[in-house]
Amino acid sequence: MENINLEGTPKTPTVNFDATKGELELKGRSIPENSVEFYSSLNKWIEDYGKNPKAETQFNVKLEYFNTSSSKCILDLFKLLEGINGNGTDVKVNWYFEEDDEDMEEAGEDYQAIIPLPFKMIEVEEI
Amino acid sequence: MPLRNIYNLYQTMERDNTMLSFKGIVTSDLLSSVLQIMESKLGHVEKSTKTRKKVYNVLVECLQNLYHHNEEVKEENLDPSQSLFSKSALLMISKNEDFYEVKTGNYIEKEKGKILEQKIKSINKLNKQELREMYKDVLNHGTLSNKGTAGLGLIDIARKSGNKLEYSFLPVNDEYSFFCLNVKIN
Repeated sequence: MENINLEGTPKTPTVNFDATKGELELKGRSIPENSVEFYSSLNKWIEDYGKNPKAETQFNVKLEYFNTSSSKCILDLFKLLEGINGNGTDVKVNWYFEEDDEDMEEAGEDYQAIIPLPFKMIEVEEI
Repeated sequence: MPLRNIYNLYQTMERDNTMLSFKGIVTSDLLSSVLQIMESKLGHVEKSTKTRKKVYNVLVECLQNLYHHNEEVKEENLDPSQSLFSKSALLMISKNEDFYEVKTGNYIEKEKGKILEQKIKSINKLNKQELREMYKDVLNHGTLSNKGTAGLGLIDIARKSGNKLEYSFLPVNDEYSFFCLNVKIN
């Protein structure tokens, strides 16, 4: 299957979904007015990937900001990953946030509370 | 407008420490431009990354509320002058010594205003932890509208700002009120 490589824009994140490595990355900011248009192809990709996944799948979330419209779409990505976890792959989430950015740290914890996937919270100087 | 009012307007904005003000229709392009300008301005005046991000976040949600609100106005029921009247919005961002303020104003149908007021009242009753629980609950159990709105905007604004939402609904005519919102961010 094809990988997804999207360059970031002022309103949408950089996306690197690599099926051969089992590595998925969202990076930058996600503030489109209607996030459904942007995220639907990512949902589709995870569904396809789930049919023949790598033994380990890493989801690296390195977001600076996201709006509330995106927050729901990001939750949907997590739910899809939760669905494939244990079915031929172990899914791990790495949630990156910048030093002192309590809001992004809390956002990661909120997802962690909702989604039963292993989350690792990683504090970095700059995303 | 008499010419000296230009000076009055200038003085008012100076006194209120206005960083940016806009009145008109909030389109997707306008939204992008305002965010770009504000990101650059905040980069110059605000040393704390944390505060910068909070202000930016609140601004994104406020602008997107105005943007989606405009989409909602049913044009077929309005003559052109009224259409402009109901779609136009106000946005002001100011920086005081200890806090930022994001102010918005827009016309709203009275019935919708009542629902919005109930929502704001319920948000304002909650403390930080309760707001977080409410956010998680709506995130997990709510659904996205076809416009991509999640019903989380005001909860997020209250959460990020750390202050109660100041608001008012001013009656305009039988059909419309003018909704004023002031978000203070420390």
